Amino acid sequence: MSAAAQLSPPFPPSSVAIALTPAASVRFDDVSVTYPGGTHALEGMSIEVRKGEFVSLVGPSGCGKSTMLRLVAGFEAPTSGRVSTGGEALGYVFQDATLLPWQSVQRNVELPAELAKLPQDVRVERAASAIRRVGLAGFERHRPAQLSGGMRMRVSIARALTMQPKIFLFDEPFGALDEITRERLNEELLACFVADPFAGLFVTHSVPESVFLSTRILVLSPRPGRIAFDIDVPFAYPRAPELRYTSEFAAIAGRVSEALRAVSQGERG
Amino acid sequence: MTTLAPEGVRLAAVGLRKGTARAATRSTARVLAPFAVLAAVLGLWSFTSHVLLDADRRFLLPPPEDVVRKGFLQPDNLSEMLAGLWSTTQVALVGLAISIVLGVVLAIVMNQARWVEYSIYPYAVALQTIPILAVVPLLGFWFGFDFSSRVTVCVLVSLFPLITNTLYGLKSVDAGQHDLFTLYGASRLQRLFSLELPHALPAIITGFKIASGLAVIGAIVADFFFRQGDPGIGRLIDIYRQRLATEQLMTALLLSSLVGLLLFWSFDALGRAVDRRRSARRAAH
Repeated sequence: MSAAAQLSPPFPPSSVAIALTPAASVRFDDVSVTYPGGTHALEGMSIEVRKGEFVSLVGPSGCGKSTMLRLVAGFEAPTSGRVSTGGEALGYVFQDATLLPWQSVQRNVELPAELAKLPQDVRVERAASAIRRVGLAGFERHRPAQLSGGMRMRVSIARALTMQPKIFLFDEPFGALDEITRERLNEELLACFVADPFAGLFVTHSVPESVFLSTRILVLSPRPGRIAFDIDVPFAYPRAPELRYTSEFAAIAGRVSEALRAVSQGERG
Repeated sequence: MTTLAPEGVRLAAVGLRKGTARAATRSTARVLAPFAVLAAVLGLWSFTSHVLLDADRRFLLPPPEDVVRKGFLQPDNLSEMLAGLWSTTQVALVGLAISIVLGVVLAIVMNQARWVEYSIYPYAVALQTIPILAVVPLLGFWFGFDFSSRVTVCVLVSLFPLITNTLYGLKSVDAGQHDLFTLYGASRLQRLFSLELPHALPAIITGFKIASGLAVIGAIVADFFFRQGDPGIGRLIDIYRQRLATEQLMTALLLSSLVGLLLFWSFDALGRAVDRRRSARRAAH
């Protein structure tokens, strides 16, 4: 598989003001990851995601998408190369909501601030505003088991919001939700992004989701993961739900699908 | 179409009613089933001692009514047994308490580092496999024949399930939740008290349940060997055995298993309360 094949965008790059913010937030410099067993997860990965950019990572299973997030979070270290975050506050939304079932929604959302030993009043205030932001006001005293899957994911997002992340990592957070819930959460997530822009890295298997959310979509090749296609998404924010039904949207989704098919074919050959 | 909708609603309502009826049946069965077994056992017991045994051999298995009359209804016998039972129960409770603290602390220490686990675990297993009856006299030589030795036996017998259950609970924390705590820079203590211990709580309570029965057995075994201080129920059982007082012997057995049962039920109730708190499914409005 050759180096990144750049597909030219059909529109000029988006003129979103927030995308012009200079500070580079996440940088991968020629990053490779090889596991002790010899599994080659990533190779020669170099990307930069700035504040105000929302980058989706798509590709076949096991292509190292999640590994990229784990590198940024510091859960794993690269075998070679360098991953830098500039020490910015991180938010991470996991595949499962990873809530503590014995704690209320309120206490779950307070957790990061509690672990950081922030004062009680700051903790409560930040949790309250995050819970309002994800539309769960009134559910503070509920326990996770009393909530639907979508609501649990909202709690998980609220929990990440309390630390006011400048870098936001998403590991296929909405994969287990039904289509309608997923679309609504996509819209709410974008509202958060527009209100307080961060550098976003979003792993997903859903093509429409990646197009709707992102400024840029990276299609990774099968193991070892490399950038096979780099597709710009030129739509301005805020994005209306109806964007999904425009022909421009369909055109980009088509290109992402095509790219995915191309890398999967490589896998079989 | 219009006829279908009410039909569907009616079906749903019937389903609901069936569901609650089934739940009621289940809880009635839960209460009645053990009593049915009890009745069967009593019937078989009566039959054996009245019909199968000759009058001169009936002392081997006296009928239930004799056990109740001589064991439970004679104030002298009963008060002697209750005093013994109380003495044994004290030993069991103190032993269980020490075991719980020791077992949970050991498991926490073992969970901190692989090498600690690897160095302690074989001995925890050995604790389970040593023939306790052979160790008991040794304990007597070392610690004397009174309360502290009796408690030590209880601890030795009940420690293992507490260690293994706690360790299992601590280790079964979801990897994603560990990542979460890593992400926010949690310290070891924060991880232990905010994640691992609360997660392990149901497993730890299961350990309590298993250990409570073992602690009572340990206390009775200790009664057999350590005869200083108040006689425990185990000592009385031994005396009744020598006197061929089968009625009292059986009463003592029933009473001591009742103590184990009560302990087990209390921890079971505690475990259910914890589960209920976690999986409460009140309608989320």
